[in-house]
Amino acid sequence: MRVGLFVPCYVDQFYPNAAIATLKLLRKLGVDVYYPEKQTCCGQPMANSGYEHLTKDCDRLFIDNFSEFDYIVSPSGSCVLHVKDHLHDDQKEQQATHIRKRVYELVEFLTDILKVDKITASFPHKVGLHQSCHGQRGLHLSSMTELVDTPFSKPMQLLNQVEGLEIIELTRPDECCGFGGTFCVAEEAVSAKMGKDRVEDHLMNGAEYITAADMSCLMHMEGILKRKNSKVKVLHIAEILNAEKEVVSE
Amino acid sequence: MSNLQHPALSEIFNRDEARVNWHDDTLWWIRAKRDKAAHGISEWELLRETASQIKNNVLSNLHQYLLEFEKNALANGIKVHWAADAAEHNKIVHGLLAGKGITQMVKSKSMLTEECHLNEYLERNGIDVIDSDLGERIVQLAKEPPSHIVLPCIHKKKEEIGQIFHENLGTEAGVSDPQVLTETARIHLRETFLTRKSALTGVNFAVAETGEFVVCTNEGNADMGAHLADIHIACMGIEKLIPKKKHLGVFLRLLTRSATGQPITTYSSHFKKPRKGQEMHIVLVDNGRSVQLGRESFRNSLKCIRCGACMNTCPVYRRSGGHSYHNAIAGPIGAILAPNLDMKAYSDLPFASTLCGSCTNVCPVKIDIHDQLYKWRQVIVQEGNSPAAKTMAMKVMSFTLASPTRFKLAGKIGRWTLKNAGFTVNNGLNPWYKHREMPEPPKESFSEWYKKNNP
Repeated sequence: MRVGLFVPCYVDQFYPNAAIATLKLLRKLGVDVYYPEKQTCCGQPMANSGYEHLTKDCDRLFIDNFSEFDYIVSPSGSCVLHVKDHLHDDQKEQQATHIRKRVYELVEFLTDILKVDKITASFPHKVGLHQSCHGQRGLHLSSMTELVDTPFSKPMQLLNQVEGLEIIELTRPDECCGFGGTFCVAEEAVSAKMGKDRVEDHLMNGAEYITAADMSCLMHMEGILKRKNSKVKVLHIAEILNAEKEVVSE
Repeated sequence: MSNLQHPALSEIFNRDEARVNWHDDTLWWIRAKRDKAAHGISEWELLRETASQIKNNVLSNLHQYLLEFEKNALANGIKVHWAADAAEHNKIVHGLLAGKGITQMVKSKSMLTEECHLNEYLERNGIDVIDSDLGERIVQLAKEPPSHIVLPCIHKKKEEIGQIFHENLGTEAGVSDPQVLTETARIHLRETFLTRKSALTGVNFAVAETGEFVVCTNEGNADMGAHLADIHIACMGIEKLIPKKKHLGVFLRLLTRSATGQPITTYSSHFKKPRKGQEMHIVLVDNGRSVQLGRESFRNSLKCIRCGACMNTCPVYRRSGGHSYHNAIAGPIGAILAPNLDMKAYSDLPFASTLCGSCTNVCPVKIDIHDQLYKWRQVIVQEGNSPAAKTMAMKVMSFTLASPTRFKLAGKIGRWTLKNAGFTVNNGLNPWYKHREMPEPPKESFSEWYKKNNP
């Protein structure tokens, strides 16, 4: 099984540790993982702004980078959902279809494909889990409070295997953080207020760390935490699942 | 109303953070009640699916159901009118009243008449309209449009309502006890019900099979109006049809649980034929609905039963208020209906969302609201309703991301700028920076790290 690692553009540029942790975690689990170096972006920032017609070059590039792999794995539910829903190419539709069917967000790849039931990681902290909307409602990484459904959570299933980790309960377990791509600047007032409210829920319930399967939500909440001079930190779920005892000795 | 768009109106709404918190908490409480009611029914998801399929069937056979409904309604003694648009609808209603020399009308909740701006039209033509739904009466006295389709004055605090009543209905200054205010409104409306000769109601469901229509209220105000009036006019959008009476059970179970968490509306009144000496009219209104029906991506927005659940759950609506949508119907559903009526005027609304998808999950008739928001964005841009600066920025972004070399260079420049010339982004010109710090640029990107560590 050959796996292509898809690192979203902003993760590559601003949060390399999330990608490094993803790569190391996959290798630790014995996965044959490759990073195609010519990748850029899935095209979601343009598409969600109404410019899906400007994503054709991104789509082609994505297909050229990833069509050779059995699976494509990425530490971002949102980017994966975009690829799953919107990757098309008139000339390479067969490859595009292959990718759409084989692209996985990291957490679901671990629970559904690798069926990981034992993670050797230690993270003795109180952690708040932010349910990123596209991962949750789009990829169904966990059950949703709106639906009458049997409760489940793939991120929780993995976090529960981490030694010493304590999950805190949230007052609103699956409310959006307000990032929303270009929404965060186009609708600055509501976006920032949503972010503040989301962060407050974690703080009120005693989180030392906020984690998620999407770095973009965490980037938003980190911006608000830092503005508040809060000591609470954000960490991508891959960094927690890959945390070893000595690394988190601080 | 002003010409301001959603971002500006939301910014104004957000200047009073304590009030935003209050608005958000109030609507979240209703969402929580909805969750409790939905989770109390094990077949909830099956009910939603059934309702969705019934409505799909209606939309696919609308022509036939409308004719069936008209035939049966006529046979019941109801007069049926057809209105192509808002102007024709208003004219029909006015004509019915003017023909009888009526100058006063009582009206229960009807979002359609809000959409058509009927009150303003009738006022201009010398007809006094009193809204009999308590929330609607309050916003009417305040000279404001409703901010929510089910809870029209949800944006008002009880103290503010007390002040409105003091100014208009003569209650003592400073009185804000809901019991006292409700009693005052009740006395005031009773007088209205007894003296009005005409009543207008909305329609929640019209049954093709029987030619009857059903009006749902919690206050009984539609019944009070209609039962006492000589002429009852019911106005409905053409999408309000259901095929058979037996289908009502599906919708009545869903409607109020979704709206407020109640098992059913206090009054679900069936109107089938005029009582002796009374006239009963139905106005069937298109006003853009057949256009929407022809838009494949958006047609199923016509399944909407106006429960308002998508508003209560919407994290944006809760923090921007109904008036920020500058349309009769606010929230996510308003944002997918409004561009059909005027794409340019409402081009901001499909962007007033993070596409979180909660609206789609609570929708009792399974409208794919957030997917339609995404699709409207594409249509709005394609039809030239997007600002030129945004288009330029998107073209630059697309050009940069299409090439690994350009992307890596742009990333390097961006990170360098953040590290060494932070003042160029950490300032008032950057909307992100107003309430949030910028991410700290790492010393190397992942791809740079990868090159070094995986030769």
